[in-house]
Amino acid sequence: MATYQEFIQQNEDRDGVRCSWNLWPSSRLEATRLVVPVSCLYTPLKERPDLPPVQYEPVLCSRANCKAILNPLCQVDFKAKIWACNFCFQRNSFPPSYGGISEVNQPAELMPQFSTIEYIVQRGPPTPLIFLYVVDTCLEEEDLQALKESLQMSLSLLPPNALVGLITFGRMIQVHELSCEGISKSYVFRGTKELTPKQIQEMLGLMKPATSGQQGKPLAPHDAAASCRFLQPVQTVDMNLTDILGELQRDPWPVPQGKRPLRSTGIALSIAIGLLEGTFPNTGARVMLFTGGPPTQGPGMVVGDELKTPIRSWHDIQKDNARHLKKATKYYEALANRAAVNGHNVDIYACALDQTGLLEMKCLSNLTGGHIVMGDSFNTSLFKQTFQRVFSKDYNGEFRMAFGGTLEVKTSRELKISGAIGPCVSLNAKGPCVSDNEMGVGGTCQWKICSLSPATTLALYFEVVNQHNAPIPQGGRGAIQFVTQYQHSNTQRRIRVTTIARNWADAQSQIQHIESSFDQEASAVLMARLGVFRAESEEGPDVLRWLDRQLIRLCQKFGQFNKDDPNSFRLSESLSLYPQFMFHLRRSPFLQVFNNSPDESSYYRHHFVRQDLTQSLIMIQPILYSYSFYGPPEPVLLDSSSILPDRILLMDTFFQLVIFHGETIAQWRKAGYQEMAEYENFKQLLQAPLDDAQEILQTRFPMPRYIDTEHGGSQARFLLSKVNPSQTHNNLYAWGQESGAPILTDDVSLQVFMDHLKKLAVSSSA
Amino acid sequence: MSQQGYVATPPYSQAQAGMGGYSAGFGNPPPQSHYGVYGSPPQGYSAPPTGVLKPPASSSSGMPPPPVSSQYGANIQQNGAHPHSFPPPVASAPSMSPYGQPPQSAFHSMAQAPPPTQQLTNQMSAMNIGGYGQRPMQIPQSSSSSAAPQQFQTSPPTAMGHPPLSPPGQQLPSLGSPPPMATMGSVTAPPMGMSGPPGPGVHQPPLGPQGYPQQPGSPMSGPYGAQMAGPQMAGPQMAGPQSGAFPGGFPGGPAQMAGPPQKKLDPDSIPSTTQVIEDDQAKRGGQVYVTNIRGQVPPLVTTDFTVQDQGNASPRFMRCTTYSFPCTADLAKQCKVPLAAIIKPFATVPKNETPLYIVNHGETGPIRCNRCKAYMCPYMQFIDGGRRYQCVFCSCVNEVPVQYFQHLDHMGRRMDLYERPELSLGSYEFIATLDYCKNNKPPNPPAYIFMIDVSYNNIKSGLVKLICEELKTMLDRLPKEEGAETSAIKVGFVTYNKILHFYNVKSALAQPQMMVVSDVAEMFVPLLDGFLVNFQESQAVINNLLDQIPDMFADTNESETVFAPVIQAGVEALKAAECSGKLFIFQSSIPTAEAPGKLKNRDDRKLVGTEKEKTLFQPQRGVYEQLTKDCVAQGCCVDLFLFPNQFVDIATMGDVPSHTGGSIYKYSNFQVEVNGQQFLSDLRRDVEKSIGFDAIMRVRTGTGFRATDFFGAIYMNNTTDVEMAAVDCDKAVTVEFKHDDTLSEESGAVMQCALLYTTIGGQRRLRIHNLSLNCSSQLPELYKSCETDALINFFAKSAYRAILNQPLKTVREILVNQTAHMLACYRKSCASPSAASQLILPDAMKVFPVYMNSLLKTPALVGSTELSTDDRAFHRFLVNAMGVEETQVLLYPRLIPLHTMDVSSEAIPAPVRCSEERLSESGIFLLENGLYMFLWLGQACPPDLIQNLFNVPSLGHLSSEGPMSLPVLDNAHSRKIHSIISSISQRRAASMKLLIVKQKDRSEMLFRQHLVEDKGLHGGASYMDFLCYVHREIRQLLT
Repeated sequence: MATYQEFIQQNEDRDGVRCSWNLWPSSRLEATRLVVPVSCLYTPLKERPDLPPVQYEPVLCSRANCKAILNPLCQVDFKAKIWACNFCFQRNSFPPSYGGISEVNQPAELMPQFSTIEYIVQRGPPTPLIFLYVVDTCLEEEDLQALKESLQMSLSLLPPNALVGLITFGRMIQVHELSCEGISKSYVFRGTKELTPKQIQEMLGLMKPATSGQQGKPLAPHDAAASCRFLQPVQTVDMNLTDILGELQRDPWPVPQGKRPLRSTGIALSIAIGLLEGTFPNTGARVMLFTGGPPTQGPGMVVGDELKTPIRSWHDIQKDNARHLKKATKYYEALANRAAVNGHNVDIYACALDQTGLLEMKCLSNLTGGHIVMGDSFNTSLFKQTFQRVFSKDYNGEFRMAFGGTLEVKTSRELKISGAIGPCVSLNAKGPCVSDNEMGVGGTCQWKICSLSPATTLALYFEVVNQHNAPIPQGGRGAIQFVTQYQHSNTQRRIRVTTIARNWADAQSQIQHIESSFDQEASAVLMARLGVFRAESEEGPDVLRWLDRQLIRLCQKFGQFNKDDPNSFRLSESLSLYPQFMFHLRRSPFLQVFNNSPDESSYYRHHFVRQDLTQSLIMIQPILYSYSFYGPPEPVLLDSSSILPDRILLMDTFFQLVIFHGETIAQWRKAGYQEMAEYENFKQLLQAPLDDAQEILQTRFPMPRYIDTEHGGSQARFLLSKVNPSQTHNNLYAWGQESGAPILTDDVSLQVFMDHLKKLAVSSSA
Repeated sequence: MSQQGYVATPPYSQAQAGMGGYSAGFGNPPPQSHYGVYGSPPQGYSAPPTGVLKPPASSSSGMPPPPVSSQYGANIQQNGAHPHSFPPPVASAPSMSPYGQPPQSAFHSMAQAPPPTQQLTNQMSAMNIGGYGQRPMQIPQSSSSSAAPQQFQTSPPTAMGHPPLSPPGQQLPSLGSPPPMATMGSVTAPPMGMSGPPGPGVHQPPLGPQGYPQQPGSPMSGPYGAQMAGPQMAGPQMAGPQSGAFPGGFPGGPAQMAGPPQKKLDPDSIPSTTQVIEDDQAKRGGQVYVTNIRGQVPPLVTTDFTVQDQGNASPRFMRCTTYSFPCTADLAKQCKVPLAAIIKPFATVPKNETPLYIVNHGETGPIRCNRCKAYMCPYMQFIDGGRRYQCVFCSCVNEVPVQYFQHLDHMGRRMDLYERPELSLGSYEFIATLDYCKNNKPPNPPAYIFMIDVSYNNIKSGLVKLICEELKTMLDRLPKEEGAETSAIKVGFVTYNKILHFYNVKSALAQPQMMVVSDVAEMFVPLLDGFLVNFQESQAVINNLLDQIPDMFADTNESETVFAPVIQAGVEALKAAECSGKLFIFQSSIPTAEAPGKLKNRDDRKLVGTEKEKTLFQPQRGVYEQLTKDCVAQGCCVDLFLFPNQFVDIATMGDVPSHTGGSIYKYSNFQVEVNGQQFLSDLRRDVEKSIGFDAIMRVRTGTGFRATDFFGAIYMNNTTDVEMAAVDCDKAVTVEFKHDDTLSEESGAVMQCALLYTTIGGQRRLRIHNLSLNCSSQLPELYKSCETDALINFFAKSAYRAILNQPLKTVREILVNQTAHMLACYRKSCASPSAASQLILPDAMKVFPVYMNSLLKTPALVGSTELSTDDRAFHRFLVNAMGVEETQVLLYPRLIPLHTMDVSSEAIPAPVRCSEERLSESGIFLLENGLYMFLWLGQACPPDLIQNLFNVPSLGHLSSEGPMSLPVLDNAHSRKIHSIISSISQRRAASMKLLIVKQKDRSEMLFRQHLVEDKGLHGGASYMDFLCYVHREIRQLLT
């Protein structure tokens, strides 16, 4: 085996799994002492171009409460045609179709390189994908126009057989009937009256008249024609829908001066969800909400329509001054849960300069795996391209989206599942492997992920079962199986199975091994997710304190130091970057609300808890590249000392792409040297970061905010707020080696943070 | 006998014990038997269905003398000399006093004085009679006369013309006829008002009447003459003039009927409505009626006349039950004549009369009295050199605003009197300022919303298609403001069944858009912009929509509908658009779908005749009350077009329309071929008619009396403000007045009706109608100036309201009782003493009993299980909004003989009395009552006439199966009949479907219902029986 680095990389490439520890401590106590829990990041639908799905059903362990899937770790007796489950040790015989297996003729799922495998299964008739647009019409003319164009464009991107629906809302909600010829027809609802799903379906005429007799089941089998009035195959209503979108007007109700437009987002969503749950329960569907402002009336309202009452800020929330917050949140949570139960997801595309109520509505996307996209206007490339990218296709020409997923986790007996953090909801499936000790969304071994993308990544936390006095015997391996069932975008039902195993190690005798198996990147993200998860419900400072304590404990555990001598403190290579991640995490918008609106915080957190490791790390610690005449572009420290006059910096924070021209470069650019033939090289220098940025823009979802700025520019704040303030107005003269740019801040620098950390770590009193 | 109040008054609240006996039977299905109770000799009643009067005690009584005799004629001439008449030794002082007295009293005497030329009128004769002291001619005694009455044929048109058929001189020949000029009395020029110089000058006592007319103040003489028509009444057996009782012999020309006449009464001998109408037409038809005199009685509603406004509102706008109010409450109570005015604020003004002037007082708004807020009107007295004026209503002295100041002339009148409509006219309009607008914002032009029920029934019957087709052309003719290029009215469209569909027809759209609202529990309007549009601008989109609607729902199988949410939607739409307007609702069935206002079938005929019968007229409780309030507050008028195939609970569904100034139309078992044209012409008329919105009306009166009760398609939030979401040219409000205090003869009774409304162009205006009446402490004056048509309008409306709260029996009793009381009081205090057996009727009210009897037989009041509950409720609503003209013809339909018509003449043949006896087997008759029109074909009617009219050789070729129609043929008869029908239709508010009935066909029953002088098909007495019954009552009251 090569280095852990390689091992980790290889595992991630193959299984989409990154574990915090790649050797697992053999007892619960030891596990706790490791500070960072046994946990992993799992990307269920990680793109595997090299992995063709197999066209048959998986073989299950016959034990009723196990049902693990046959995998390379199982013991197989080819002669007896028997396999032993590696989770429950049940011996199972192969099904008849496996009659021909032998050591040389193994099915794919037994080959080690297929520790992750995908099955295509036949379950019922394929159901088309459903896209239900929920469009706010209280927009500025320009915005609405841009949005209409985007929506019309999107029709061409949808699979032709996909069902599409349109709900528009403002003061009222209109559910457009798409099948009608001639007059365009829509059902209208008032935006202030909460309706039960049953009422909604009745009013939309989706309930069959009580001819069928007996107590009408609310979700009685619908007749296709009825539901189809609102959800029609794109290919048949393409023109019709384009026309309807074309004729879409701004909300016609006058908005008096000093008022916000009345926007009934809450009811619009409840109707969208009610419509789908009545017509296509348990079918993959995307509700796509496009909104240009906060809900201002009806249930789910976030702010009143008086402009003089500003929308809640963090300050208001802390002071318990946000009138509608609790009610609205509760309302949207209930909606989100309903949608999640039926496997529908909700995307929120919120484009406005002010807040739009994402804080309240975020659960809709968070719980259902939907996207949240936040922008200033629908008339920006940020929105337009992001929206386009929702419909991007993979190497097979298929949409990078999957629906109605459930993730089930099975563990070998020594492990239990504590919980998951990610865009999922618990399915409340109790089982022997479910821990009582919850971390994140726990108490279950199954989660529903209504919508998945190849990047969707969950953090899963585990607990070692064995007590200290009865540790797991050495040499064994603990195994975890992830079973993800989902509806592929081509409407197939698929099951992806990933089975991983790690060795058990005695923490006392093999602490160095364990230490070196530490994946500090994964751990940083896993801890960060815990922190963010806590931040949703706890006060900011408490979370920071918790995070600090964990860091200190980790340093105490693995640091090399003499007691009470900070200078003697050393960390091994496998942990060396971890404190720095924590330093940046502490400053990140995921935990700091200062300077961010509640909506922004929600938005950042939303993305943080669903992206894969690489992206998550970028979010925690943005990447900074430096471009200069002195050499090829190079990554540099995220530090104020990197800000030099003759450099161009490219910073990627995931959410923003900042190109920062140093003072001198900016002057040159202003002087127009790049236009002159003799300064071709300068032109190239200017171009280089742009090209790199473009590359990032191509792949990133959502599109980052693209900022082109220079030294002293107002937008430079995006950079300055991220870099480690190694030089500030406080220590400008004390440090003076390089002429980096001082940052006017009272924030501590990494140096100070580290010093302090060392002091605490070595302190005998701690 | 117990004292009955006016019909509308307390009496309704409980049955009067007193009347019990009578009531028991009256008007009930088998009336005859009950009559027995009253009359001593029961047989009298029961036996002869017609005309036989066999009063109890009557045996002794003589027959009524045939009034008209040749002698009569003679009389007339004598009349010329009436001066003599004055002297008569009448007990009552007043008569004498006239000359010396203040003007008004004077008028008594002089009043009657017709212009010399016309003096001929028999009234004079009456006076003579009086003078001669013939008063007590008791006809009765003359038993011999029994034969006499029959001879009386309908008298010829002219009063005097009574044919001398009467048997030889009965004792009273002379008096009989004379109808009493009573009418004329009323005419008298009130001294007050503008008429100026009152003084009946003492000077000319000798001249007597003749002199009078010449006086400057009495310009009216001309017209008045016409009024004298009184005579025609010629009530055959008129008892002699009671002149004795009367001073001066103004007996108010009572029509007298010998009470207990002989066995056989000639139907012709009882007062004839057609005769009265014809006579009035002859006297006053085609003339100019100048309204410059206080308290003058206008011509009958049936008469063609032209009005010239000179200070009092045209009778088209306001008509009173009496033009001379009693001075005191006691007097009013005694005579029991209701004091009421029927106000039709938007009455159509014929082309040859001047439309209302519009007065703009600029930013300060109309000038109003500071205290009572009455508007400037001709009755205000300017004093103090024109610097101040005294309000005629409350006597408050107000400063004249500087900009309004004008010097007075030597007469004390403002110099600009004739330049300012508000100082010289009875009716005019003010431009209202922002203070008169909701929220101080000028109103938006109103909107018309068409709400079409597209449930299965309406689709199947083809109605939806019909409406949509019609709307395309009709909307081009929306009413517009005078001089405006296009109509400012916006239009909107809704279709509905269980749910509502709104349409966006914004002109910018290529296609209309439909918006469905299924939340009927809490209705709202889904769109604002594009729902209410200008028809011209959006014509293309609207036509597109109207083309598509029938197709869109062609396959519907939805048969349930909602109703209240539909109205709610309309109100919300208007509210959102901040305008008033009208909803046109085309509904096919009772709303049974689950929604507010859902109705259940509660048609229970078993209730008829019980205490609970009134519940059939009461709306079902619930949302409709609130809806009415909302509608009125928003100025939302609801017009309901019903196309029922079965019970639809009109009592409830009509509740909102009937409180918002709306109309209700009903087409049972609608078929496009049969009722299509009628419906379309109703719809056209309804859309095009002149109308005002969001109206509030206030009736102010001079001190001493006030308006206490209001009847009509109105809503009252408090006791004084009449709110009308809309008021159109057919809607009339009947206002009842009561005394507060004593009225003075000098100042009379003035009233001002002020109507604040929004025009179809979106202007806020005030329409003012002023009227001044006389006051008198003499009952004869009051009786003289009564207006039967107005009275019956009042009685109809008040009775129709009463049936909501009281058993029908009680209501009928009260009506009959009050009739008897009114007449008895007249007999007691105005007529000359005569035998109790004589029936003496005031001249002005002599046909009142036939109307009253007809009213009692109307579907709402008659109480028969054979009548549909819906029809009864429908009838109730119709009458509630009617003006005098409509109730008149409704209660006494016109029966026009066509077989004798002169095809070369323009005129419509004179109607004959509404009785089966007038029909002849060989005739063809046209009957119309404003709601229905029948063409009755006698069994033996001439084939050539049939050929001309129907293009078939004989009656037998006309199929009795299915509806018959009257083809338009190119011959004189056909042209004539169509021209008659169309000229009649033009005058009526609703279009009438022509029903053709053949004698002895089953359908004849429908026709016969309308022969109001006959016994009612569903119960109710014949005219003759009723008259006898009333007479009996009167006699009981008098004893």
